Amino acid sequence: MTAQILFDFFVFPGIVFTAVLGLLAGWVDRKVSARFQYRVGPPLFQNFNDVFKLLGKETILVKTGNRWLFIAAPLAGFAVLSLAATSVGTALFFGRAAGMDLIVLMYLLMFYSVLIVLGGASPGNVFSSLGAGREVKLLLADELPFILACLVPVVRSGYKLDFGAILAYQAGHGMLVASVSGAVAFVVALLAVQAKMALPPFHIPEAETELVAGPFIEYGGPLLAFWKLNQFMMLVVFPFLLILLFWGGFDLRGLGLLWGILKYLLILVLIIIIKNTNPRVRTDTAIAFFWKYLSPLALAAVVLAVLGV
Amino acid sequence: MSQTVVPIGPFHPLLEEAEFFRLSVDGETVTGIDTDIGYMHRGHEFISERKTFTQSIFLVERICGICSTSHPLAFVHAVEDVDNVEIPVRAAYIRTVVGELERIHSHLLWLGLAGHFIGYDTLWMWAWKYREPILEIFETITGNRNHYAMMRVGGVARDVPPEAVPPLLKTLDMIERKMAMIAKAAADDPVLRSRLKGVGVLSRQAAIDYCAVGPTARASGLAIDVRKDEPKDAYALVDFKAIVLENGDVYDKLVVRVLEIIESIKIVRQCLEKLKTAPGPILNDVKEVTAGEGIGRYEAPRGEVFHYVRTDGSNRPLRHKVRAPSYVNIPTCEVSCKGIPLADALITLASVDPCYCCTERAVHLVDARGVRITPDLLQLSRDKTERLRRDIHG
Repeated sequence: MTAQILFDFFVFPGIVFTAVLGLLAGWVDRKVSARFQYRVGPPLFQNFNDVFKLLGKETILVKTGNRWLFIAAPLAGFAVLSLAATSVGTALFFGRAAGMDLIVLMYLLMFYSVLIVLGGASPGNVFSSLGAGREVKLLLADELPFILACLVPVVRSGYKLDFGAILAYQAGHGMLVASVSGAVAFVVALLAVQAKMALPPFHIPEAETELVAGPFIEYGGPLLAFWKLNQFMMLVVFPFLLILLFWGGFDLRGLGLLWGILKYLLILVLIIIIKNTNPRVRTDTAIAFFWKYLSPLALAAVVLAVLGV
Repeated sequence: MSQTVVPIGPFHPLLEEAEFFRLSVDGETVTGIDTDIGYMHRGHEFISERKTFTQSIFLVERICGICSTSHPLAFVHAVEDVDNVEIPVRAAYIRTVVGELERIHSHLLWLGLAGHFIGYDTLWMWAWKYREPILEIFETITGNRNHYAMMRVGGVARDVPPEAVPPLLKTLDMIERKMAMIAKAAADDPVLRSRLKGVGVLSRQAAIDYCAVGPTARASGLAIDVRKDEPKDAYALVDFKAIVLENGDVYDKLVVRVLEIIESIKIVRQCLEKLKTAPGPILNDVKEVTAGEGIGRYEAPRGEVFHYVRTDGSNRPLRHKVRAPSYVNIPTCEVSCKGIPLADALITLASVDPCYCCTERAVHLVDARGVRITPDLLQLSRDKTERLRRDIHG
């Protein structure tokens, strides 16, 4: 039992699997983006090289601010995302969910954003403080529609928060995204996920041409490598979560594997397309977008789900 | 209340070159801006007074890598102005072709950078992809992608042979189609529009007060364009219109530039058609420049560039003064950036298409106690003018 838990967390579908798949997904992202822009794009192992190179560099700490928090934030973020990946992965592939349900997962994902804020606020740099402030605003903006959208599968599967129940419902009644409430909730969740990953058009916190690197500006070497790895791992955690909630799960046997990979690639490419066809929005526009338009839409989806459509 | 200062520069991803803007912010709202120039001083005017007129053309070409034909053009206008030299008609057409092609590539460069500044990297790469054929045309005509060395006092250095014209026209047709596409994509994109509309407004009055020039002024409803106001070279012989818009926001500055690209293509096409048949030499050889003074103006992509030359009958300028368009355009940010969010202020800073290399030929040093240790440049300049007057009038 213990060996099983350790394997789940460290190897599959936890740290090793998520990190490797995340780095490959990051390559797909960079390559597809490059083709969008008539560029060549990086070779397959570029992301691996980048992360390993950063891991081998010196750790430089700033004199000001809270050092303990500065070092702890990226490592805690890595742990949080590994845990989230383990829970989503085990639920998706083995139906075990590593003892966690949707509430715990939402908590973990929100905690990751809080860690970015803490890490960014700790050195006291003006750019990273502004970036951390923007991350708070973005979190406030996207959290409500995201939670509402995630409620739809819960409601449809008979008010169960358990991943197994959501998958079982979809196995019996077909994918949720094929229904009206499910489709609306999926669109809302996809846009909220874009903001949670801080990808364009919501790369407000780390806006390169405004805040240079935002919360991450003082990071370098291994600590930066962990932030980078975290961002790549999110490219696995969030699409898997969307597959679990709306696209009827991921079967490892036979044709199911092919379907699963196709679903994953579809969501990844959707994210990349949104990323490459929009300029960065302002913070107030982002908040207005999520609160004025997406939240009512998500609420409507929940009402439709209660009605059983 | 204590104010936070966001240092944009001297090195920052927003700036292609070294420059320093101190933005005072309250939360994310910009309350004040302090511009500090002087990181790129290279002493061009000083060097120019030690070179012959022909050598100076190559020197002023290197004031700026983007307007590398506007500065030489204004300079040769200034030297020709001393003796009222007429240039051959074929040379006039070639000058206009090079000048307008430069405007196209400069505006495309800005469009791409503006896309990058608002986090739209796809627009960046697309704009620069279509800038590439323009640079290839340059290479065909002048032998270089940049720094063309085409201008001479009294004409141009190289001819564009009539048989080279048809392939150039073909490339131009292709570019015009792509430009129409980009103009549509950039001007009709709802996200881009909502991001830039009403941002960083420069009113007509403020544009007049700050002496804004070029697209920055024309987007604020100020119809000034040296090509129209004082047509030199072939500008009186071709048909085009100056683009003037009313709102003065970043969106209008973008639209002005995009429409100007299309106008420039029109001008280049007309000139190339004329070059098929226009007869004559390309250089009216100027043997000597008499004592006197001359001014040269040219509408660079960023606005009016102004060169002043005083000569004493020798083969080099006694005094050479340059005023680049960004020098007057950058201060307009004081008005247009005040009271708007940081995210808007930065694209507003970039919207005047600032060219720091052009701007900076002045520096002063301040010691640790804040006391200025170099003499006042304005005073130095006035002293020198007085000295020159004495020398000339005895």
